[in-house]
Amino acid sequence: MSTITRDEVAHLARLARLQLTDDELDTYAAQLDVIISSVARVSEVAGEDVPPTSHSVPLTNVFRPDEPRPGLTAEEALAGAPAVESQRFRVPRILGEEV
Amino acid sequence: MADLTRLTATELAATIATKDASAVEVAQAHLDRIAAVDERVHAFLHVDAEGALAQAKRVDAGEISGPLAGVPLALKDLITMRGIPTTCGSRILEGWRPPYDATVVTRLRDAGVVILGKTNMDEFAMGSSTEHSAFGPTHNPWDLDRIPGGSGGGSAAAVAAFEAPIAIGTDTGGSIRQPGAVTGTVGVKPTYGGVSRYGLVALASSLDQAGPCARTVEDAALLHAVIGGHDPLDSTSIDAPVPDVVAAARRKDIKGLKVGVVRELQGEGYQAGVEQRFREAVALLEQLGAEVHEVSCPHFEYALPAYYLILPSECSSNLARFDSIRYGLRVGDDGERSAEEVMALTREAGFGAEAKRRIMLGTYALSSGYYDAYYGSAQKVRTLITRDFEAAFAKVDVLVSPTTPTTAFRIGERIDDPMAMYLADLCTIPSNLAGNASMSLPVGLAPEDGLPVGLQVMAPPMADDRLYLLGGALEEALLGSWGAPILEGAPAL
Repeated sequence: MSTITRDEVAHLARLARLQLTDDELDTYAAQLDVIISSVARVSEVAGEDVPPTSHSVPLTNVFRPDEPRPGLTAEEALAGAPAVESQRFRVPRILGEEV
Repeated sequence: MADLTRLTATELAATIATKDASAVEVAQAHLDRIAAVDERVHAFLHVDAEGALAQAKRVDAGEISGPLAGVPLALKDLITMRGIPTTCGSRILEGWRPPYDATVVTRLRDAGVVILGKTNMDEFAMGSSTEHSAFGPTHNPWDLDRIPGGSGGGSAAAVAAFEAPIAIGTDTGGSIRQPGAVTGTVGVKPTYGGVSRYGLVALASSLDQAGPCARTVEDAALLHAVIGGHDPLDSTSIDAPVPDVVAAARRKDIKGLKVGVVRELQGEGYQAGVEQRFREAVALLEQLGAEVHEVSCPHFEYALPAYYLILPSECSSNLARFDSIRYGLRVGDDGERSAEEVMALTREAGFGAEAKRRIMLGTYALSSGYYDAYYGSAQKVRTLITRDFEAAFAKVDVLVSPTTPTTAFRIGERIDDPMAMYLADLCTIPSNLAGNASMSLPVGLAPEDGLPVGLQVMAPPMADDRLYLLGGALEEALLGSWGAPILEGAPAL
């Protein structure tokens, strides 16, 4: 039985902001199905009594003194931007309405 | 003068310190070698001849000294270097020049290391063959039709092809060790938190670790000592001294060292010649006075599935930053399309197949309704694997296994079969999940194909010195039986 359908892959692609082609949807549906079926084995041993590990180094709240220090200049921060206007990142249209 | 590119980092540093050759001559010899062979190997994505020669001049002027002063190095293209293109093997970052240096780069510069350029890799370090680079594959110097491992195939191939004596890689599931194994070089994944991640473009933040690639264990140790240690810019960096890896590499005495052979990392699926060379190396360890035991780590068989849930989950989150707003590629911004549409078009155009596959896999594993069954269970397996290691290290000092089940496969052989590709990291993944220190070193050529075989040594967190202790002793004994370093047997390029 298939664990993931083509429609689910299309949904995932939308969530992940990937404008996939029809061919890609077919390919990934088949491949993700194989991968997910295979990795689902983890549930065999993941009992209620086993605590999860998110990180191998248990660390909490690493602080440094709150002192000003040099950072990037605006020019440096903007140097890699695809579009810049008036010393700011210029973004594509973000509002739904017609301008 | 002898061919400078054939010398180890240790020998080069001595040659430069005694002024038998200048750092500029050493750098130029390696730049010439790159010019001569890299068209065929394709280890480098960018060569910084100007920067390399400028740094070499500083060493020659006596401005910097130290055990690696003047030694050339190749840097994986996942690591930022101010003003130098950093692509991570992806179209989405093509042309991006970082505004800051990674801590690893700062430490290399301060040590007088001469950075030759940036090396090829699977896109954002996802892959085991370097075929997932947007800029074309790297070729294994032992056989140009075969893969050099991945994701750090460029760094390993550069070292194996004598384009650089040492290199920096990053290892999330085996990306330093597996390329080391299939190219006949030494690769070390330090303890998680042992080397700063500041300036490493993140793949899976809880697993990523930078480390050394070299032709000898001692060279790897010298590089490890330079890049290791606490960094306030990385909050996950461990605030404790790095073990004395250089002294350990030079000790060459493993009498009484307790070595555990992992029962679960052998047998079905392992190439006969890989197992043969591995068993011979274990026998040699016994002859050198090590006590060898077989050790069982029953949950290791779940490491690969757990990894392919944890990694994609962290990756889908980390790669969300490539949104076409602050840096990198932007596609389809015609003034009409929304930011969201531009983002989706950009990511479609900028990411390759494996990156998209893992982003979607991670999005799936983290989505509500599936989270507990997939990501949650994988995190529990991570606990079980850590417990397996703890139980094993209560009995033995180090664990050993083959580094990878097979020797280098052919370019194209596994590209359409993601699960087959993932199997290349079967033996290396457990150490990433537990945050252990781990090394691969060459133990010979498989009789059936004449390609290098790697042995993996695993040690508890912050016991990186044990890798070098075993590695240094085993390397010396193997060299005694071979009569020449393994790479002398590679075909001329």
